Amino acid sequence: MAEARAEINRPIGLRLWLSAGWLIALVLTTLLAPVLAPQDPLAQDLFTSRLPPFWIDGSEPGYPLGSDSLGRDVLSRMMYGGRVALSVALIAGTLTCLLGASLGLIAGYFRGWPDIIISRLVDIWMAFPPVLFAILLIAVLGTGLTSIIIAIVVIDWTRFARVVRAEAIGQGAMDYVASAQVAGHRRFGIMAQEILPNVLPTICVLLTLEMGIAVIVEAILSFVNLSISTDQPTWGGMISEGRLSIHQAWWVLVFPLIILFLTVLSFSQLGEGLKDRFDPVLK
Amino acid sequence: MSFLTINNLSAHIGKRKILRDVSLSVQAGEVCGLVGESGAGKSMIGKAVLGTLPRAIIATGGEIILDGENLQDLTPTQRRQVIGAKTALIPQDPLTALNPSRRVGAQITNRLVDILGWSKSAAQHRALDLLGEVQINDPERVMLCYPHELSGGMRQRLLIAAAFAAEPRLIIADEPTTALDVTVQKQILRLIKEMQNRYGTALLFVTHDLGVVAKVCQSLLVLYEGMVLERTTVQDFFTGPLHPYSRALLETTPKYTDPTGSLTPIPPQILDAVRAEIVAYDQAHAHV
Repeated sequence: MAEARAEINRPIGLRLWLSAGWLIALVLTTLLAPVLAPQDPLAQDLFTSRLPPFWIDGSEPGYPLGSDSLGRDVLSRMMYGGRVALSVALIAGTLTCLLGASLGLIAGYFRGWPDIIISRLVDIWMAFPPVLFAILLIAVLGTGLTSIIIAIVVIDWTRFARVVRAEAIGQGAMDYVASAQVAGHRRFGIMAQEILPNVLPTICVLLTLEMGIAVIVEAILSFVNLSISTDQPTWGGMISEGRLSIHQAWWVLVFPLIILFLTVLSFSQLGEGLKDRFDPVLK
Repeated sequence: MSFLTINNLSAHIGKRKILRDVSLSVQAGEVCGLVGESGAGKSMIGKAVLGTLPRAIIATGGEIILDGENLQDLTPTQRRQVIGAKTALIPQDPLTALNPSRRVGAQITNRLVDILGWSKSAAQHRALDLLGEVQINDPERVMLCYPHELSGGMRQRLLIAAAFAAEPRLIIADEPTTALDVTVQKQILRLIKEMQNRYGTALLFVTHDLGVVAKVCQSLLVLYEGMVLERTTVQDFFTGPLHPYSRALLETTPKYTDPTGSLTPIPPQILDAVRAEIVAYDQAHAHV
């Protein structure tokens, strides 16, 4: 048995290393932005507008990744923009997960009328086009970080509810749940003790996926100028502005795009990697 | 006085009847077999007693009396407590009967601690003793394993230990050997019988294997489509069952004395007769 254990105790995969590494680096960079950023992200200087990144002729040493049409440093703006992206990812992702997963768990385990109410609600909710729904919500709530988070939670909880409900139904049909029931455990206790731990790997994957999605939603909202105030740099806002000068200064668009892509990818890969690692059967 | 009495229990799913006026009684310490083909409703009787019937199945009429208490008269909380204190379940499939994300030791002690209020160390001692009783080597190590690290036979042993942990008066064993391979089946069967003897527990043994019935049961019920066709003792059953279906069922068992003999199916005219019986019953109870 000891050998069998050693054999199945897989090392942390490359996927987990790379994605976690990228995200940790991102968190540190955005936290230390005031120290690390070469320029004030808001400082405009028309003499330094549209400077190319460092490997192209005509670049300036203070602007390693170039500057936009108002002369603001692209690297510094990306660092500060990461703060918005990450806080939205963490807060909105977690809240969405808590709301959606609890409702899904209740619907899937208790069935009956709670399930009918929650499932119909999910059906109705999912019939709305999500981005339009978000824009509508922001229009009502007003712009700002809190509004974005609320919008994401309100729109995306259905994803968790659906998937967790299906998983909970599957687990609820297992004999160990029947045994716990016969033993006289309370229904709520069975849900927390027997069902939840077995649904957790799935919730974990969904949570990280959701964080990636939250980053994208925030970028979309910034792109259509409905995110937080325009004087605060965001990745979506930079992409939106960069689009206007793509022929003169492609770097304003491309760098935030790459960062956005890598971050969303890392979130989803982190989830998969964590699932492989913590799934009791795969372990 | 019998420990478990079921009077005229019926159940249906949609328009289909699952149980038709099932009555039975199990004395304290008695092993009663429920025999029938797949879909005969034998597992449903056990589930009805334990209150774990699938939601879609609706039990109509009938009463279940457990140790003198009519379960229908109790509130859901009381019922849960009575069932939890007096009964236990040995489930069919040991692969899904243990929670995959918790250590098996905790799954045995959990019930003693949480429901019966034992101290952690007492429960731990009891679990170790039980694992010894079900012949698990190195119980300390096994207690710390996750279910997927153990074989099917080991898991079934653990489930038996868990079922007997709180010394229930009645255990419902729902085809406890079906999911195991034949060599392990024998050991598990012997173990269940041994534990049942030691604790004097009544056992409701759901199975489709008449060989198993002959080995462990004292009385048995033959079911078809949720109807009790014969209620008898094991001796009477194997020396000469009364109902033609029972006789045919007994004939289907392959014989060791005639290993070349072909398998005998249940003759169609007997099945027709049984179905006619059921139709007659349904017509008589059409108003329900």
